[in-house]
Amino acid sequence: MAIEGEKKVFEVELEASSLVKEIRESYATGKTRSYKWRMSQLQRLVQMLEHHEQEIAEAIVADLSKPKFEALAYEVAMLKNSCSLAIKKLKHWMVPEKVKTSITTFPSSAEIVPEPLGVVLVISPWNYPFLLSLDPVIGAIAAGNAVVLKPSEVSPATSSLLAKLVGEYMDNSLIRVVEGGVAETTALLEQKWDKICYTGNGKVGRIVMAAAAKHLTPVLLELGGKSPVVVDSSINLQVATRRIIAGKWGCNNGQTCVAPDYVLTTKDFAPKLVDALKHELEHFFGENPLDSKDLSRIVNSNHFARLTKLLDEDRVSGTIVYGGKSEKSTLKISPTILLDAPRDSLIMNEEIFGPLLPILTVEKVEDSFDIINSGTKPLAAYLFTNNKKLKEQFVMTVSAGGVIVNDTVLHLSVDGLPFGGVQESGMGAYHGKFSFDAFSHKKAVLYRSFAGDAPVRYPPYTKGKLRLMKALIGGSILSAIFALFGLSKD
Amino acid sequence: MGEVEKSLAELRKTFKSGRTRSVAWRKNQLRALLDLISDKEEVIFEALHQDLGKHPVEAYRDEIGVVKKSASFALNNVEKWMAPKKGQIPLLFFPAKGEVLPEPLGVVLVLSSWNFPISLALDPLIGAISAGNAVVLKLSENAPACSSFLAKTLPLYLDNSAIKVFEGGADVGNELLQHKWDKIFFTGSSRVGCLVMTAAAKHLTPVTLELGGKCPAILDSLSNPSDMKAAVKRIVGAKWGACSGQACIGVDYVLVEDNFKSTLIELLKKTIKKFYGENPKSSKSNARIINKHHFERLRNLLEDPLVADSIVHGGSSDEENLFIEPTILLNPPLEAEIMTEEIFGPLLPIITIDKIQESIDIINSRSKPLAIYAFTKDETLKRKILAETSSGSVVFNDTMIQFLCDALPFGGVGQSGFGRYHGKYSFDTFSHEKAVLQRSFFPEIEPRYPPWNSFKLKFIRLAYNFDYLGLLLLLMGLKR
Repeated sequence: MAIEGEKKVFEVELEASSLVKEIRESYATGKTRSYKWRMSQLQRLVQMLEHHEQEIAEAIVADLSKPKFEALAYEVAMLKNSCSLAIKKLKHWMVPEKVKTSITTFPSSAEIVPEPLGVVLVISPWNYPFLLSLDPVIGAIAAGNAVVLKPSEVSPATSSLLAKLVGEYMDNSLIRVVEGGVAETTALLEQKWDKICYTGNGKVGRIVMAAAAKHLTPVLLELGGKSPVVVDSSINLQVATRRIIAGKWGCNNGQTCVAPDYVLTTKDFAPKLVDALKHELEHFFGENPLDSKDLSRIVNSNHFARLTKLLDEDRVSGTIVYGGKSEKSTLKISPTILLDAPRDSLIMNEEIFGPLLPILTVEKVEDSFDIINSGTKPLAAYLFTNNKKLKEQFVMTVSAGGVIVNDTVLHLSVDGLPFGGVQESGMGAYHGKFSFDAFSHKKAVLYRSFAGDAPVRYPPYTKGKLRLMKALIGGSILSAIFALFGLSKD
Repeated sequence: MGEVEKSLAELRKTFKSGRTRSVAWRKNQLRALLDLISDKEEVIFEALHQDLGKHPVEAYRDEIGVVKKSASFALNNVEKWMAPKKGQIPLLFFPAKGEVLPEPLGVVLVLSSWNFPISLALDPLIGAISAGNAVVLKLSENAPACSSFLAKTLPLYLDNSAIKVFEGGADVGNELLQHKWDKIFFTGSSRVGCLVMTAAAKHLTPVTLELGGKCPAILDSLSNPSDMKAAVKRIVGAKWGACSGQACIGVDYVLVEDNFKSTLIELLKKTIKKFYGENPKSSKSNARIINKHHFERLRNLLEDPLVADSIVHGGSSDEENLFIEPTILLNPPLEAEIMTEEIFGPLLPIITIDKIQESIDIINSRSKPLAIYAFTKDETLKRKILAETSSGSVVFNDTMIQFLCDALPFGGVGQSGFGRYHGKYSFDTFSHEKAVLQRSFFPEIEPRYPPWNSFKLKFIRLAYNFDYLGLLLLLMGLKR
């Protein structure tokens, strides 16, 4: 890593541009377009995951002190699943979609043919360093693209393992990993790509999109936000609590883009909810959560400082009702609950991305929806309720990337649902077939015969042609016939 | 310009009130648009004639008819489009419901172009309305009669608190682009597309860019003379018959094998004469160049002596009437501007090659166009073109007509843009597809919760594989 720091800027740029040139030349050979090549790469990926599962888990643990379970279940297993789905469905995804044509273009047939965009760039984050690196890559490969992957330098063990394994298992003329930090990412962003997929925060999302704009490159931005959980009173409190805990602290200790960021509940119900949370938290993580092996640590000292600062803010520290403990040497922060931190405090305005859960109380549970909609649109929004009307109101009026009723985070593992944000939480979506689509161009193809030409299309233009034109474009066979015979309703 | 801020604030307020989300509102706006088009048909013909010299047939075919068709199609389908789409949920999560629910993005900006000043303004507007958004429509100042007509008339028919129209030039455009939108839809040049996307990046606003490029027509050898005639008619129609070449999906240049060049040129000349008569300048079927700037740009393309030498038909122009004669060139140098820039005018270069397959390399050496047209009966060549080139769309044995097919997405790739519209795609492009998952409190999947152990890990692995038998065995203690 020290070597990278000494590299001159133009060297890094030169490397980036020659890398892209090389990959474009390989892509131009047409190799990635065959079903065979795509399947071979996907199969190699599965092999890689199977043969190196433990190594991968260990790297993730080294970077994040993530419980090995989480690394295996939420990264490796999910990736295998994603890859297996692509392998199973690829043939079907690659088939052109036949579409109906109307009388206006008769006689004709039409279809939509998916084709790769070309050479794509995937920039991934540190919190699910394996999953969020390779999941988009799976989509890119399935769609027949060449890929350059730039993993996060904040998770160095996984970054270097990715570089090693991709180098060993994948077709290096078309799939490459570039390690590095800001300099390398900037150099890569200067190049011309056919698509850029970025997972991370809104600040860098803007930089990525601005860089993409120079080359008119489309982007897939998976960002974040403050994903709220609205908790109604007439529910199975224990189940709801466990699902909130699983989604918040059970996923990388809150460092997850769709983790419940804060809770909204009624003033009356809040004490019950706090008690239930305390009870279940102890059940899951024990009396001394800082010692629990089932909790990730905070990724680095920057984020540790950021999170402790959120708690230290003047009127905030007094609202802590549970937890609040931290250990700088191990970068650990215990599950922390706050009750009614001030609305204008930092913790209530920035995406927390950590193990702190503020609870905001309202008079009526319906008031939560306005509060949520007054902020920027989050990546996810959650509601726990048995009230049918409330469910409907929530689904119809709360705008977020995705919403779940009576659970948290789960929609990520459902391949049949698109995963992506809206407005500040991102643009575009992926997972399952949506991944294939995200990295494809859907080319419209129309087949016509030489016969069947309406002279009305061509000059010289006359009033008669105008009548016939109106009938033809209107699509009504009857009026077309009328017009042909010189009869008309006009 | 407080005008923009004021308008935006009003639009946001309207959108927040939920009015634009109702089916009734959307349908009313669409019906109002249909009324506008039919009430004002003659006025529109007049405006298009004033701005571009378009004949009513062309105006109807490319603008009025298109808008009518789009609005009717949207009116008939909007309720269907608004319905949530079911998503497959794994059995493991039973009982659960998953669906994708389209919702409006919010307040959107549509920036339209001057070459089809009615349809390129109203067609995206139809999409934005049917998806339930509030809209600002910015018209092109280069087509002043149409701009003024729309600016005056749209407010008389549509809901002004939700749909606003702005006239003006680059300064108005720039002002609008500084603000935060929930989507920007742009039709125009790549150069301005870049500026639009850069401005959008500041607010993470998603964009659809409908740009242009050099759309080639590949003309293979056609043994049947009537096929050849039909092909040439369609090429002429797509070059000069649509806004005198000023169309993003018009034919930019033709690729043909060397031994057919004479036949082609003869047929082109004959067809031009049939369409426009002996003196095209006096033909009422010939649209004009939009303004002096573009007239000069086009004339300059012919200034290069090597290019001027390659003219085999036409070449004359009349600045006062903004008229350029249908012009054919034979093999102008490939590095000349006429072969590197999108022509967007009535000049047709013919590039000859030894074998028709070479067209693919020539096309691939340039940026991806909005459309590729190929006239051929050779199935192998068709497959090759489809597999080895990339473009927004491909049409075999015709030109431009893909524009009328509502079931086909209309959009570019690479330098010709990204995003798409027409038909349902218009609705989609102005919507956010929200994933919705609904679960019940029972049954519980215990292995989801810490503390972790190897049993739970096994469970999750089997769950991911949808290995329900394995799960059953595991739960019964029969799997190690």
